[in-house]
Amino acid sequence: MDKDPKRDPERLLQQIQREEARQKRGRLKVFLGYASGVGKSAKMLDEGRRRRQRGEDVVVGAIQPKSTPEIDRLLATHEIIPTLKTAGRDVIDIKRILQRHPKVVLIDGLAYDNPPGSHHAHRWQEIEELLKANISVVTSINLQYIGEMQDEVAAITGKRPAETVPLAFLKRANDIEIVDAPAAEEQSSRLREMALLVAAEVVESELRDYLTAHHIEENWGIQERILVGITPRSDARPILESGKRNADRFHCDLLVAYVKQKELSPVDDAALHRNLEIAREFGATTHVLEGTDPVRVLIDFARKQNITQIFIGHSHRHGWWHRLRGNPVDRLIELANGIDVRVFPQRLMT
Amino acid sequence: MSHHPTRERGKLKVFLSYAAGAGKTYQMLEEAQNLKKRNVDVVIGYFEPHGRKDTIAKTEGLEIVRRKTMEYRGSKFEEMDVDAILRRSPAVCIVDEFAHTNVPGSERTKRWEDVMTLLDAGIDVQTTMNLQHIESLNDQIRQITGVQVRETVPDWVIKQADEVVMVDVTPEALINRLKRGVVYESAKAAQALENFFREQSLVALRELTLRQAAHEVEVRHEIPRTNDRLLIHITDEPRTAMLIRRGRRVADYLGAECFAVYVSDTGDVASLPDSERESVERHLNFARNLRIETLILHGQNAAATLVDFARRERITQIFLLRPEKKRLGVSRSGVITSQILRLAPDMQVTIVADRTAKP
Repeated sequence: MDKDPKRDPERLLQQIQREEARQKRGRLKVFLGYASGVGKSAKMLDEGRRRRQRGEDVVVGAIQPKSTPEIDRLLATHEIIPTLKTAGRDVIDIKRILQRHPKVVLIDGLAYDNPPGSHHAHRWQEIEELLKANISVVTSINLQYIGEMQDEVAAITGKRPAETVPLAFLKRANDIEIVDAPAAEEQSSRLREMALLVAAEVVESELRDYLTAHHIEENWGIQERILVGITPRSDARPILESGKRNADRFHCDLLVAYVKQKELSPVDDAALHRNLEIAREFGATTHVLEGTDPVRVLIDFARKQNITQIFIGHSHRHGWWHRLRGNPVDRLIELANGIDVRVFPQRLMT
Repeated sequence: MSHHPTRERGKLKVFLSYAAGAGKTYQMLEEAQNLKKRNVDVVIGYFEPHGRKDTIAKTEGLEIVRRKTMEYRGSKFEEMDVDAILRRSPAVCIVDEFAHTNVPGSERTKRWEDVMTLLDAGIDVQTTMNLQHIESLNDQIRQITGVQVRETVPDWVIKQADEVVMVDVTPEALINRLKRGVVYESAKAAQALENFFREQSLVALRELTLRQAAHEVEVRHEIPRTNDRLLIHITDEPRTAMLIRRGRRVADYLGAECFAVYVSDTGDVASLPDSERESVERHLNFARNLRIETLILHGQNAAATLVDFARRERITQIFLLRPEKKRLGVSRSGVITSQILRLAPDMQVTIVADRTAKP
């Protein structure tokens, strides 16, 4: 068993505070899709219908301009508080919703901006207000409208929507559900993949919170995480290149760690900094660790970081010291139970 | 057998989720209803009602091909009637529970093999499966849920699907459905809540499913180009199955070729003692089932033979088991692992974590 506590007290406190706050708050559920027309509205309205069947007080607070016969059929079963047309924009009638105070409000389309001069600039801020008033909200959004995804989406579609919602708002949702459907073209395929990965990321933070809150110390390695261990003398570039390529393929984080050694020669020091620089260019986070037993330090760090694969260079050192303490690669493999260890060729650099 | 010998191979669509009760069958039937509305000739080849009212209602008006009754050890079982479907020859066939194992005595062992037969006859198939049925994830699923899933589908079969669609539901909604008795009757539900349906397991499985679905989308629009060639060392050690699964999974993600090699000092598996021979053969078969090319090499020194082969065949990565500490020293495969690390400083060697055990 891993003795290293993964219970970060600060995080735990945040978690408790969030839980407490949530008890008086409405619950937020978001349907996420990669394009319009994948069926988010229908799913949302169908969920509303089922909740009403179970006796919950549900109203619709916003609908999309485009409709289908199926959506019309579902809408007909609901009570609707229509949006207001203000300066040519659809604005939810927050006053009426607050007055009516249903248990759940369905708001189709999360990424709308209000006209200039409104109390809230964005619809998601109004939703925040409803949640605070203990009204639960079920809403929908397209991947394209997540603020943090703008660059990646623009690289695929060439378009950059003006109205966006911060990813943090989605991460605070109690529930996020992906609405998946086949994609005909390569472009929409890429968006579809991105939407699935965004949802995975949100679920990942949910999982971490859950495990922390319930003191469960498990690392199931659901999300791969790669750690490259370097030394001043290691031939780091090929390892870092491979780390980068693998991280891209697994859509995962790349971490690079160096365990501090005493009295580095100027040459070694320069080599080390070059390697750390390459690591950062590859998008890795770099970590300088301290401790007397480098192998142990690296492993402890890997466990704390939920690493699934460690990349290191072969060891060429077989001197008396290593005979005494064991070859560092052998020791790493021995200690790295639960983590894959990939050992890379090294040019002799002595 | 088909009435349309010139028909193109049918298209396969898989509705993927992470637990029973997620709504896969419901969504599949809803789509079947839409197809029928558009005058597509669609039939239900196999449907498992599990007594779920909403789902059963979705079959209304759809043609159902009668199942075949089979007898096994005095009990009667109902299976999909492949011959009847082939005779009926619809455009689209709905087949629930892709990972199902047919009753002994059936023409084919697995339902996915039945589905392949339908596809070969030019019939499009829509089917459902859960993440935990994917072979290469078997060890991880056991880590998460404590359950060893027996009914699995090899990864290459899923790769053949034209579409994999994720059917998502939140774990909370799933647990509520289970408690309300929508998914199983109550005794089974209580049991399920303690195992597969523990909240943390469901959240973990859901994340894994989202990532798998993203991966399935990715490999369909962009085949990774790579020169990676993976070599998996086969031995009689039970952990070899886990090594094969992990190797297969990494190879799929990297777009790498994958080989599995057993080194024999006689050059022939037949001369091994029975128990050892059975294990080695089982592992070689398992690798072949996962579409990994297998070889048996002749050599007195397993480590040296493996490294020679790797150099000759331009292998880029050797996959090995962790040396397992035994009461008397290290296991045989452990010794080989250390030897290979010494012999092959010019190669990438991956020592795979034991995913079956808790760290």
